[in-house]
Amino acid sequence: MTQAKGTVLIIGGGQAGAETAVELRKLGHDGRILIVGEEPFLPYKRPPLSKAYLAGDCTETQLYMMQAANLEKAGIEYHGGVPVTRIDRAAHTVERADGTQLRYDKLVLATGGRARPLPVPGADKPNVFLLRTIADVQKIRAHCQPGKRVAIVGGGFIGLEAAAVLVKKGLAVTVLEGLPRVLARVTCPQVSAFFERVHRQAGVDLRTGVQVAGFDGDAEVKRVCLSDGSTIETDFVVVGIGLIPNTELAASAGLAVDNGIVVDEYTRTADPDIYAAGDCTHHPSRFLGRYVRLESVQNAMEQGRAAARNIMGRQEPYQMVPWFWSDQYDLKLQMVGISSGYDQLVLRGDPATQRHFAVFYLKNGRIIAADTVSRPQEFMLAKKLVAENATVDPARLADETLPLKTLVG
Amino acid sequence: MPTLKFIEASGQTHVVEAVVGQSVMEAATGHLVPGIVGECGGCCACATCHVYVEEPWCGQLDPPDEMERGMLDGTPGVTARSRLSCQIKVSAALDGLVLRIPAAS
Repeated sequence: MTQAKGTVLIIGGGQAGAETAVELRKLGHDGRILIVGEEPFLPYKRPPLSKAYLAGDCTETQLYMMQAANLEKAGIEYHGGVPVTRIDRAAHTVERADGTQLRYDKLVLATGGRARPLPVPGADKPNVFLLRTIADVQKIRAHCQPGKRVAIVGGGFIGLEAAAVLVKKGLAVTVLEGLPRVLARVTCPQVSAFFERVHRQAGVDLRTGVQVAGFDGDAEVKRVCLSDGSTIETDFVVVGIGLIPNTELAASAGLAVDNGIVVDEYTRTADPDIYAAGDCTHHPSRFLGRYVRLESVQNAMEQGRAAARNIMGRQEPYQMVPWFWSDQYDLKLQMVGISSGYDQLVLRGDPATQRHFAVFYLKNGRIIAADTVSRPQEFMLAKKLVAENATVDPARLADETLPLKTLVG
Repeated sequence: MPTLKFIEASGQTHVVEAVVGQSVMEAATGHLVPGIVGECGGCCACATCHVYVEEPWCGQLDPPDEMERGMLDGTPGVTARSRLSCQIKVSAALDGLVLRIPAAS
């Protein structure tokens, strides 16, 4: 095994960057490891931001992937609060916003993404919040008193998770989704309808197919204006409409960017000393047979570990079957594979009447993806079926008297 | 601080000082213990923190809840001593706890 000598510099203090650093140490890298982050906080877990941290059920320190003392013990330096502004590939240096320069032997771009702002008049008012960072959630939490009204723009994972937390806290929650159904980009109509029903039963005023035209109010937003002319009174707004990958540094360094930072299956850019991992990468997926950019913590962590292995000279292709999860109320949604392009849907259980079920997506008779709600065992088995693109008789798959276990080879 | 001992399939051991209130998974990942990943951050969604709990502790822990049992049901290599370490909270009573890490975890 060739050891990567010298300094590995990681741009980005999210989970991809921190996981790369940790894995490098586990594999025995004995040179300097430096993470340079834009945020002042130590590398932290983002998934709880829209769940436990928004609910106030965990502290900022509990979000940290490693506590400061453990980072120090592992010999991982974290420099937060000052963004990198430039990469000089010829000199092997990066420059930070305060003018300081740092040298690297290997560079990892784990720059992640930023929350997409809503491009409408009034979206810059001080009571309109994005939800991507600890700082964002701290601002939202300061507004979360029971009885307050919140308008959440976006019926994706972030918007729905936030809605579940805030309605439980006693706020009056309105969710505004532009498409005809929630979670439209990631799941089938039956699962969307299930979550719409669950949120409405919990007291959320959920509206689909509505366009936000702008926000009205003087110093602060007082009402949301929809394109049909109607308005919704609100005390504050949370926007969860997706992510923009942070690719600017890579692009200005002359590296290929196409939807994300382009890497090969070894997580390398075209520059042999520069790797990339996480939400910011556009990478080849053997499982999907195409390039993909994934916004998920599983990809961030696994690709980070793959980058570390390849920096250590292991020449191991990055291969994973994408999977995702979302906690809303007492429900756990777990998804594996990418369902777009399916030609047959098989249900185990009935989303219209039950609070636990599984949905399998088939294409040409093969299982390409599955969603499960509060069926952890079936999720674990589905992961295997999806990874193998298994062929299973749809009638047997739908038959709940047959345990799924008996269908897994 | 309770001390936890992790034993890899190879026999390599890691003794770590854990903090009361954190999960066994967090104690492991915080100290770079190989083979315990905790990909979902500890919310019982991924089973990448599967461990075997040695006696006498195995029988003393609070039993797994329905979600953890379900995840374990679908996890390879499960035995009667299997737990997801993100679901075990560190307490003073667990001082000396010994956990074995599955080979292919």
